Amino acid sequence: MSAPPVYLDAATAAPLHPVARQALLAALEDGWADPARLYTQARRARQLLDAAREAAADTLGVRADELSFTPSGTTAAHSAVLGGLAGRRRAGGTLVHSAIEHSAVLHAAEWHVAAGGTATSVPVDRLGRVDPDAWSVAVAAPGVALAALIGASHEVGTVQPVAEAAAACAAAGVPLYVDAAQLVGRAPVPGGWSVLTASAHKWGGPPGVGLLVVRKGTRWESPWPADERESGRTPGVVNLPAVVAAAASLRAAAADAAAEAARLAPLVDRIRARVAAEVPDVEVVGDPVDRLPHLVTFSCLYVDGEALLHALDRRGFAVSSGSSCTSSTLRPSHVLEAMGALSHGNVRVSLHRETTGAQVERFLAELPGIVAGLRAEAGAVGL
Amino acid sequence: MTGPDEVTRPAAPTDPAEVLDCRGQRCPLPVIGLARRLPELPVGAVLRVLADDPAAALDIPAWCRMRGQEFVAAQAEGPGYDVRRTH
Repeated sequence: MSAPPVYLDAATAAPLHPVARQALLAALEDGWADPARLYTQARRARQLLDAAREAAADTLGVRADELSFTPSGTTAAHSAVLGGLAGRRRAGGTLVHSAIEHSAVLHAAEWHVAAGGTATSVPVDRLGRVDPDAWSVAVAAPGVALAALIGASHEVGTVQPVAEAAAACAAAGVPLYVDAAQLVGRAPVPGGWSVLTASAHKWGGPPGVGLLVVRKGTRWESPWPADERESGRTPGVVNLPAVVAAAASLRAAAADAAAEAARLAPLVDRIRARVAAEVPDVEVVGDPVDRLPHLVTFSCLYVDGEALLHALDRRGFAVSSGSSCTSSTLRPSHVLEAMGALSHGNVRVSLHRETTGAQVERFLAELPGIVAGLRAEAGAVGL
Repeated sequence: MTGPDEVTRPAAPTDPAEVLDCRGQRCPLPVIGLARRLPELPVGAVLRVLADDPAAALDIPAWCRMRGQEFVAAQAEGPGYDVRRTH
């Protein structure tokens, strides 16, 4: 028996927004030529690319020439970190970042360290919020070239004190890079940053489109081999139909963001409360108030995370996990580790525009039995 | 690692009453093993759990917090995790 599927992993990839689908199909017809060439078909492609850039920049409240499209959110994050460090190499070789950055940022940091640079990781509290005092001290140290702070945790939903962190960076004369992948198209993005990135498939755009925004006056230098595309910020021709779809769906998602947040936040509240009340021995992770509107994470004691994911999948529920057994490295999520949270039996549920109250109810109705069944199988009853 | 002047003293407070070898087991098995064994020891006793799954470093202290038991210390050798039964 297969249950109707309930997709609850928007923080990995949101289902394609209908506006994205429409724009993608239209742009496939019209946007296949290389926008850099000088014939009719190329001019049409150039118009589409320019319009997409204007629309995305307008939605984010930035100038069009500050925004580049990249082949993924990961590429955008790598470019933000490595380009921000390259542009400020005369100021020093240190990257300051929170302990809970996305792995794309941490991998770029490892690259920087392997090349002789240094990186300072700033700890978070038990709710997953970066320590503002430690942050201020870290960015004020000599030789800091760039600071990187995720806008809100993609794993536990805790919103970071970006404005406060930006003020500390400004006082120290250090540019701030904000990974806004979970905010753009969903929640307001605080100001004060110099570099920002986002990823289209998080807001309902197609996969394979990232945004890299470098504010005017920021010392940023491409870390990649030279290429004239996208103001020299990211090499290679863009996937124009996907870019057009990303920009169109960003505008649509941003227009609905406040209403969607008001609809989804109570559903997340319901999950937080009901999971804590109805599943014994569960730890709901992350800030209960200052959090993303669409994401909630919890860990179930004595439960194997991989087994839980498979059991939920068999009942039609698609969720993700930060448990070690679900990762290719067999290490627990660095975010849960930094918070000191229970890491096994971990589930992240993230909602989107197609998520209904009835789907959430079905999940909440089935979860306690699924967890109890797995505990019984493991012989972990009455402990 | 006891020095000569410590030989006559009572066992150091972190000396485990028992060692539970959970090496080769993946989380949550070491935590389940801990939860099974600790209540069988007297209050005040320390159980050392040997576990090489990296998640144990996170999950054994988290279990102690959730259960109100005392996480004494992590030992590099094993690696081991010392937990004292407090109630």
